[in-house]
Amino acid sequence: MIEQIREKAKELLTSGEVKVVIGYENGGLPETTRPVFVTSPDEVERLVWNKYCYANLATFLVRKEVSSLGKPAIVAKGCDVKAIVVLIQESQIEREDVVILGVTCEGVGDPLLSKCPICDVNTPREYDYLFGEEIPPKTDINKFADIEEFEKKSPQERFEFWEKQLSKCVKCYACRQVCPMCYCEVCIADKNQPQWLETSSHTRGNFHWNLIRAWHLAGRCIDCLECERACPVDIPLSLLNRKLAKSVKERFDYEPGYDKEAPPPFTDFKPQDPQEFIK
Amino acid sequence: MSNEVKTEENPAASEKEWQPKIIAFVCNWCTYAGADLAGTSRIVYEPHVRIIKLPCSGRIDVSFIVKAFEQGADGVIVSGCHPGDCHYTSGNYHARRRFAGFRDLLEFCGFEMRRVIFSWVSAAEGKKWADLVNEAVAKIRELGPFKEYQKLLAEDIRAKEETSSDRITG
Repeated sequence: MIEQIREKAKELLTSGEVKVVIGYENGGLPETTRPVFVTSPDEVERLVWNKYCYANLATFLVRKEVSSLGKPAIVAKGCDVKAIVVLIQESQIEREDVVILGVTCEGVGDPLLSKCPICDVNTPREYDYLFGEEIPPKTDINKFADIEEFEKKSPQERFEFWEKQLSKCVKCYACRQVCPMCYCEVCIADKNQPQWLETSSHTRGNFHWNLIRAWHLAGRCIDCLECERACPVDIPLSLLNRKLAKSVKERFDYEPGYDKEAPPPFTDFKPQDPQEFIK
Repeated sequence: MSNEVKTEENPAASEKEWQPKIIAFVCNWCTYAGADLAGTSRIVYEPHVRIIKLPCSGRIDVSFIVKAFEQGADGVIVSGCHPGDCHYTSGNYHARRRFAGFRDLLEFCGFEMRRVIFSWVSAAEGKKWADLVNEAVAKIRELGPFKEYQKLLAEDIRAKEETSSDRITG
């Protein structure tokens, strides 16, 4: 499979169709990979594909340092493609401005990341070239089993849980930096006139930051789990993200990353939207 | 202005006694006018609400709610025009989606949801506004101050307890 990816990358770079291939190369330690930006056909041998290819490379599509290199081709798993789809929906990139080298994926990580057993995009749903055997999408998976479990706790237990978890946050903003959906040129966390978010990393300010971070991903997060992987203090951020995903699915029957033509849920409305909580 | 409406001095409410602090984010065209009507109609209602007027419920960022709690509010009222009545056609429809989602998030994080009250109050509903505030004040009096949130700054939780990274079971 990797031979075919390299061959295609070489072909695209030689013909000049793309200026850079964004992919994975072996990391400095065994069983790790890191992103690589291949700009010359001689370098395609650096590309690898294995179960340690965690990173969601779609992040780089909206980073100026990368987009200034020219038209990209990107090695993307099914989940990464979902991120690309949201970027297209939100007019951050045009579909024809990126070549998607889709790879079928049985799951990454050893042991598997928690997103993989509940993945229904083992075969990417959008690609220009597909590598690997097509895998039929899983059915009858419950994506929100852990969320449902958490919801059973009492409000007090939930508050204490988050108090404990969020007290660990050091406001390093790694979750934001790694997120393909966090592309605002000036993040609200960096604005100081007015200062919406408290900058020091005490628990009260951490609540605000983490609520707003999750909130700004509502209906957009495709659960690539990168924020959680980047978090140096292991806050279970995907619980917050997926709670909102569940809420959006239940209330507005929408899941991000599947349909690049669909309007994002919070730019849209229906007169008959549920409002049981409004008096 | 509605917050100029005075209740009769309650002798029991000495300065030391805790009183709920409620922040109301309201839209200019319906709820604010409704609150104004309550005032001009001389409807007496609880004075523990601070009204913040915004152009539209669509302008009410969810951050306002968190910020209000951060600054010591015990409850928040969010109110705008009834669906279909928005001065800007659809601001309240967009706001409704946002409030629905954010409310779910707050609930998930264990916030006491009786402290966050959403309502539609039209310019003709001065009575509804007064009732809404009275109910909110009664409810929050019952719940007491929002200590859980207010203590977050005061207490150094990190020092108190070495946190573990366990997820749901923790």
